[in-house]
Amino acid sequence: MADARTEILNRIRAAKVAPAGPTPRDYRRTGEGGVELFAERVADYRAIVHAVSDVPAKLRELLVGKRIVAPAGLPADWLVDGVEWLTEPLSTEDLDQADGVLTNCAAAIADTGTIVLDAGAGQGRRALTLLPDYHVCVVRTDQVAASVPEALERLDPLRPLTFISGPSATSDIELNRVEGVHGPRTLEVLIT
Amino acid sequence: MARNPVTWLGSPTFPNAARTALADTQLRQNLRKATGTIRARRASAVAEMPDWEALRLSGEAIKNDVLSRLEVLLPQLEEAVTARGGTVHWARDAEEANAIVLRLCRENDATEVVKVKSMATAEIGLNEALEEGGVHAIETDLAELIVQLGDDRPSHILVPAIHRNRSEIREIFQRRMGISVSDEPADLAEAARLYLRQKFLTTKVAVSGANFAVADTGSIVVLESEGNGRMCLTLPDTLITVMGIEKLVPTWQDLEVFLQLLPRSSTAERMNPYTSVWTGVTPGDGPQQFHLILLDNGRTASLKDTVGRQALRCIRCSACLNVCPVYERTGGQSYGSVYPGPIGAILTPQLVGDMHDKQAASLPYASSLCGACFEVCPVRIDIPSVLTHLRAEAVTAKGRSPESVAMAAAAWMFRDAKRYERAQKLGALARLLARNGKITSLPWPGSKWTSSRDVPAPPAESFREWWRKNRG
Amino acid sequence: MKVALFATCLTDTFYPSTAKAVVRLLERLGCEVSFPLEQTCCGQMHFNTGYRSHSVPLARQYTEVFESFDHVVAPSGSCAGMVREVYPTLGVSPVPTHELSEFLVDVLGVTDVGAWFPHRVTYHPTCHSLRMLGVGDKPLKLLSAVRALDLVELPAAETCCGFGGTFAIKNAETSTAMLADKMRCVLDTGAEVLSAGDNSCLMHIGGGLSRLKAGVRTVHLAEILASTEEDPWRATP
Ligand code: SF4
Repeated sequence: MADARTEILNRIRAAKVAPAGPTPRDYRRTGEGGVELFAERVADYRAIVHAVSDVPAKLRELLVGKRIVAPAGLPADWLVDGVEWLTEPLSTEDLDQADGVLTNCAAAIADTGTIVLDAGAGQGRRALTLLPDYHVCVVRTDQVAASVPEALERLDPLRPLTFISGPSATSDIELNRVEGVHGPRTLEVLIT
Repeated sequence: MARNPVTWLGSPTFPNAARTALADTQLRQNLRKATGTIRARRASAVAEMPDWEALRLSGEAIKNDVLSRLEVLLPQLEEAVTARGGTVHWARDAEEANAIVLRLCRENDATEVVKVKSMATAEIGLNEALEEGGVHAIETDLAELIVQLGDDRPSHILVPAIHRNRSEIREIFQRRMGISVSDEPADLAEAARLYLRQKFLTTKVAVSGANFAVADTGSIVVLESEGNGRMCLTLPDTLITVMGIEKLVPTWQDLEVFLQLLPRSSTAERMNPYTSVWTGVTPGDGPQQFHLILLDNGRTASLKDTVGRQALRCIRCSACLNVCPVYERTGGQSYGSVYPGPIGAILTPQLVGDMHDKQAASLPYASSLCGACFEVCPVRIDIPSVLTHLRAEAVTAKGRSPESVAMAAAAWMFRDAKRYERAQKLGALARLLARNGKITSLPWPGSKWTSSRDVPAPPAESFREWWRKNRG
Repeated sequence: MKVALFATCLTDTFYPSTAKAVVRLLERLGCEVSFPLEQTCCGQMHFNTGYRSHSVPLARQYTEVFESFDHVVAPSGSCAGMVREVYPTLGVSPVPTHELSEFLVDVLGVTDVGAWFPHRVTYHPTCHSLRMLGVGDKPLKLLSAVRALDLVELPAAETCCGFGGTFAIKNAETSTAMLADKMRCVLDTGAEVLSAGDNSCLMHIGGGLSRLKAGVRTVHLAEILASTEEDPWRATP
């Protein structure tokens, strides 16, 4: 008997599906929305949004007295005094017990109010933004793409990506959205 | 060949299952409320998109392209995943896929695995197969957890516990978690969070499905809401992903279409809370062992069917369930399969692959052909057309029956206007059964109609008789 | 304009008043109406139940009967849908067949057909008119122009009534559950007449309303549009 791979490919061949025609792409690839729309749509998910000019000052206001995970590569002036910064190596238990995590992001999408992390500098491995119950994410205005297609163009699919649209939520009980299940229950977005 | 576990053993045919479900007033109320809510929300999420139809057309075309090039795209995906440190397995059927997962669990000394909600693993009955092999699968999606703890069966693609309301869920949680909790959805979600937290932090093997796999990069995409997906995809050492061979998209760019179509169609959100994308193994981040199982389990048989194969475009959004007037009343379990609703009615019989199976053959009839499903389907699957196509297969498989004899007689009668008119005159005698212009009771199978509806008495003169007298 | 009437087997046999109304209406609007007596059934019941092979000769027969006409009008969205949308998949080229409201609005270009109907009416759009043919709000435009007619909106109008041809027999209980909700919506409007463009759906909903002695009558759209002050609609006994 042929192995599974050969047999499945043979079955596919035997199905003789005729080539499909060219793919129409008449949808909008670009959007008009900017930072304002982004802020509005993030807030729709009941995330907290701030437009800030002085990031360190805002961070001081939000984080002083807390134990916050700081991935490698954050700007030095964001690591404000009065916060207990937790840096790698961090165990799962360390992450679970942290008060929160501070990151930047790789891109953001105005149309959908989404931020995207790619585990780059200032974001760290995926677990860092998952286990702490509170996530503060700093988005630069030039990182906001208007549409989903524009955002995907900016991203490298070979990096581990996490698209985040609001805090963790579920619609599993009577199809009503409830915020807060396993991921961070509070998401705070700083737009600068 | 082993029986395909896509249908549940011993399930009654649809009309019989539906009869029981229709009598369950709590179920009716739960479904009416839930589907009503999601229908309205989907409509407004879609109305926001001026280019929705263009996106649907692209989604349809991309999936058609995939189905025509699986022979090239699957090996391409395999190569890309392998190049990035993943291992690819192929499974002809459920049994083979389950055996691979079990073997991988044993190789990793795992007696417990955490699972992200996945239709493919539900379809192959993975949890049961693992249990038999001594491995306990823990469902981590809230609705799947409700089903699992309630020793229940799923009734919806997206929200398997849609048939349960908050107080029923509360009762299940109290009984199985040994806790006391209110019926507030937020409190119930919190209970699930606490219940699963330790499992996430300690379990070494995770099993997931895939919403999409990008052939040219080898990237796998999972959309979710709660973060349980991220937990499973990130924390364990080993990740096993089971995906149907049709889940491909050719390129990264193609995802831009589906990331717009799927969330709005399924949870009616602009975007679901979390989408994870990973490619093979990333050193130092997430599972360091990644296995991808490519599952056939009846898909290549459907691929052969020029009409039926469009069901393989399905992205499991469940919009068709939510708008279906039959589903809304009978619920998902009446379909006897993990795939309920309109998509189930066309996909399940194809995966079973045997129209002599009475239960599977009853599914394409579980529709009034109202077309609401086609209207909302983000990949434009013409479900009504596939339904009538599969009905024709069911009729062929059934062979001679009282119905087929009656249908042949009716067709013979209609093929000649004179015969038709004679039958009309004969039928007009049914007036004798009528009182006050109505017939309230007919012999079988007409009794199925008159059980709840009157029939007008045929008039003394048909239209054609009138025409002939007055205009002819 | 010359038009052929495809009465449909159901209307020909059970609802001659609807077909007569179509004739009256179209003649009033200046059409010359023919009714080829060789017509029988479009084959929809066979096709939808899975007896595709029986539907093919009926499709061919339809084409032979009507191919010499520029326009065929049917007082049924679902039979017109069968001809237009399904015949091509059976390898039979369809004769241009219009559902009544489409013919009036699109071909004749009228929305006010000079009708008079002094009743409170609600309208069920029927699935095949709505989703197969896409007739949209044409029937409502026509009804809005009818003098003395009090048009009330039907809640959840676009939801199927549960007829579905042999579905009503094969899945009688589910069909009845759908019917119950449709009847509730109809009764909620307080209308005395429920109208639609398809006698099949009206037979279903009307059969349920009659069983409940609900006091709401079903009247095909054609009969409302044919009704005038000089020659008003009358209930057929
Ligand atoms: S058939 Fe279409 S609407 Fe139904 S679940 Fe699949 S993609 Fe969604």
